[in-house]
Amino acid sequence: MTIKHHPDLATLMSCAAGSQPEAMAAVMASHLSVCKECAATVGKMERLGAVLFENISPSAVSQTAPVSDARAQIPGDDLGGSHAVVSGDVPFALQSAIGANLDELPWKRLAPGVWHHPIKLSGAARGDLRLIKVAPGHSLPEHGHGGEELTLVLRGSYHDTTGHYAVGDVADLADDVEHAPVADAKDGCVCLIASERPAKFKSLLARMMQPLSGL
Amino acid sequence: MVHLTLSERPAVWASPVLMRPMADLLHLVAEQRDADAFRQLFQSYAPRVKAYMMRQGADATTAEELAQETLLMVWRKAGLYSGDKGSATTWIFTIARNLRIDRLRREVAWQPLPENADEEPSLDPLPDDILSERERRDKVRDALASLPADQSEVVVMSYIEGLSHSEIAERLGLPLGTVKSRMRLAYQKVRDALIDLE
Repeated sequence: MTIKHHPDLATLMSCAAGSQPEAMAAVMASHLSVCKECAATVGKMERLGAVLFENISPSAVSQTAPVSDARAQIPGDDLGGSHAVVSGDVPFALQSAIGANLDELPWKRLAPGVWHHPIKLSGAARGDLRLIKVAPGHSLPEHGHGGEELTLVLRGSYHDTTGHYAVGDVADLADDVEHAPVADAKDGCVCLIASERPAKFKSLLARMMQPLSGL
Repeated sequence: MVHLTLSERPAVWASPVLMRPMADLLHLVAEQRDADAFRQLFQSYAPRVKAYMMRQGADATTAEELAQETLLMVWRKAGLYSGDKGSATTWIFTIARNLRIDRLRREVAWQPLPENADEEPSLDPLPDDILSERERRDKVRDALASLPADQSEVVVMSYIEGLSHSEIAERLGLPLGTVKSRMRLAYQKVRDALIDLE
């Protein structure tokens, strides 16, 4: 897999800082599990975080080290689960949320040639995380985002005025970019999309659904 | 509102009791469940984790609980720490970071701890000796201290106050694109210092 489009450095930094909205963090973790280059950059940025962390003035702690609590823990629990499953299109980081197989998801039809599958976020999280599946040659209507949006290609590819995006690529578009992505003519496209402010995105989805609901 | 602490040199960090490499203490905890090593790690890190949690918006009591919990997780996961994947402090920082997302924001911390990341072998740092670790840290600290104020401000807001790009933009009354370009510029300036010393 040759990845050509990577997230913005500022996005990688926010990821290392743990300061991204949850939906964007999910896309980043998925990209990092297939992009060694960005994983290495985030590793460096975590080192930067560690130096900033050391620079904080410490705050006195009144309790002592919880040695007996520590000893009461079962050593080695939650050590497992870090081995990536190599088969399938779903990045390891995303498998706990949607499983390992894109074809087994309960896709909902939005419009002819377009399906989606929303992914539930934590109760407190703002934003929107969903998969979009577009049939070969189909496209989404032109739209903007009004906030940060991250798109990761999981299968196939798409293109728009900003470029051609294939598996592993991330579109980290500025909030003022409008685009009308077109899915690859042969394989179509499945993407994971995080929107920070989903209002515009949701209105796009509603617009696409209108012909179906007869409005 | 934003407290810049880039140039502070914490005295605690350099005290003689801490001359023992943190990585060694982690290995003692992992391999021998060594309580003294754990106490030393606690003394070194718990006050800083507490301060970090407070800067992230926790009250003092919650911050102290989270410091305890972070160090308990260090005990539990010490076997996963591998000295060749970055410093002990980086590893503990990522544990505190993820715990903060989980407990203070009640969200899923998607970003795994570094030992789970499949890094390029060529990026492995040198063997973990205290001198090079300190040199590395000082190099980064100097690079941070030399950043223009508007760049270090957004970096601190991101890492230490836990604010997203949009939240920083809102707080500073700046366009989102300006916040992101300041972060990019900051990283480009400190990037060389983050490469391991040859």
